[in-house]
Amino acid sequence: MSRVPLPYNPKILELFRNPKNAGKMDDATVSATAGSPTCGDMITIYLKIDEEKNVVEQASFESYGCAANIATASILTEMIKGKSLADAWKIGWKDVIKEVGGLPSVKFHCGILAAGALKRAIRQYYDKKGFTPEWLPKNLTTEEKHALEEEELAKIISKKMET
Amino acid sequence: MSFESVKDILKAHEGLKKEVYLDLENSSPVFPEVVEEMLPYFSLKSYGNPTITHKYGWEAYEVIMETSKLISSFIGASSPEEINFMNSEVEANNVALIGGVLANKGKGKKVIISNSEPVTIDLIAQMLSEKGFQVVKIPVDREGFVQQDKLLKSVDRDTILISIAMVNPEIGTIQPLKSIVEAVKDKNPNLIFHTDASDAYGKVDFNVKNLGIDLATISSYKIQGPRGVGVLYVREGVKVKRLIEGPLGTQQLWPGIENTPMIVGFRKASEICFKNFREDIWQMKYLRDKLIKGILEEVEDTILNGPYGDKRAPDNVNISFLHCEGESLTIELSLRGVYVSSGSACTRRMLQPSHILIAIGRKFEEAHGSILMKISRRHTEEDIDYVLTQLPEAVKRLRSISPV
Repeated sequence: MSRVPLPYNPKILELFRNPKNAGKMDDATVSATAGSPTCGDMITIYLKIDEEKNVVEQASFESYGCAANIATASILTEMIKGKSLADAWKIGWKDVIKEVGGLPSVKFHCGILAAGALKRAIRQYYDKKGFTPEWLPKNLTTEEKHALEEEELAKIISKKMET
Repeated sequence: MSFESVKDILKAHEGLKKEVYLDLENSSPVFPEVVEEMLPYFSLKSYGNPTITHKYGWEAYEVIMETSKLISSFIGASSPEEINFMNSEVEANNVALIGGVLANKGKGKKVIISNSEPVTIDLIAQMLSEKGFQVVKIPVDREGFVQQDKLLKSVDRDTILISIAMVNPEIGTIQPLKSIVEAVKDKNPNLIFHTDASDAYGKVDFNVKNLGIDLATISSYKIQGPRGVGVLYVREGVKVKRLIEGPLGTQQLWPGIENTPMIVGFRKASEICFKNFREDIWQMKYLRDKLIKGILEEVEDTILNGPYGDKRAPDNVNISFLHCEGESLTIELSLRGVYVSSGSACTRRMLQPSHILIAIGRKFEEAHGSILMKISRRHTEEDIDYVLTQLPEAVKRLRSISPV
């Protein structure tokens, strides 16, 4: 693979320097993580949900990873604030990348992890409630599958390193 | 995502009060005296082709021969003919390994390197293995020293060439090359021993005769000479095949018109490095240890990669910052005027983090958070103090938003 510099756009740079909604949320209704430190990128999304209306009241994130990782996680928390869970679910990785002003293809997985963490959080919320809305698919989405694959890879690497 | 974005990133760096460039691993500022020395050679003197019989050709011939002589004296070579100028250390490594095995194919099929060689050596070895040579990689210990018992066990009559870098470019381990060369040659006197000495030349005692080395690569940019020139030392009598064809001039292993200004620049940089060698090294070690100590004391959850003290190159600082990813850290530090590189998979644009850090037993997450810094002869105590104010804050900010 060739090594090109990453010309991060101004929006990513700004979100890297001054991320919005960064940090752990202590009174979150639900939180979920995607990725692993072994692979070098990991995102946790925290949601505070209005449980009567099923609307995202507050969202925050934590990120271990590159500048694109921090920026995509941050922008996603902005995108979902005030949205119903049904609408938040519709946000795919391509929407995140578009919102952040574009990413080089080697960084697409950052957007995928962000959207994956969000989808996991929403799933968890309904799991806890013991109720599955019609719009929530049984099968894993692209983003959730990708996150799972990366985590499986991380496990294999860690195991290999121990031996 | 476009090239235009780079302009915005650069704009974000405006107004920096101080800058400290520590990425001498990947490129370096050329000493100003070197640039000054080079300039007349472009269009005022010695610009002829050194193989042609006229004044400007003879001038070029003279300066190239003088430089060969000087460099051969710096590395303890027997004659200036053993110095071969090329376009880079990458090229010199290619000619050494590929040219070395091609010229000695009849002697066997085995090539031995360590598992923490410079990336170029690793990639060439991979290529040789694809071409049918048997490549063996010897493991290193937790400080990066080659496991000599395993190396010796692997050397046999079929071994054509061994390549082990004198100084590891990433973690600064100084190999006890003399005893290694003696031991392997004792087992097979016919094998060729190559070392990538790019991080040794001008930084540690390096004498090809004392070490008993056959081939050695030397880099110009790593001593703040110009990029675009490198040297392959070839001991007299050692056969190496030329890889590029073309009209030969003064150089037996490199066809083309000699790049006299670059060669002159390399000579000047070498002179600067060897003028006050002991004092320079003492000062670099002092700054190195101040930086290492400052970081390990100031920042929690840090690991030094590579050995301590005299077994470590005088310029090398490599530290893993846990719960922190390297690419983010290089950007955060850049915006603060501190320029470094990382062994993280992200900054390398490769899928895996530094193979050298993995070879010394670092976990992937430890390698992802590694930062490589190199002290130059021109760094001052104020530079290091500045880095020690910026680095802890950069790490603190990134850790504050990290889930791990």
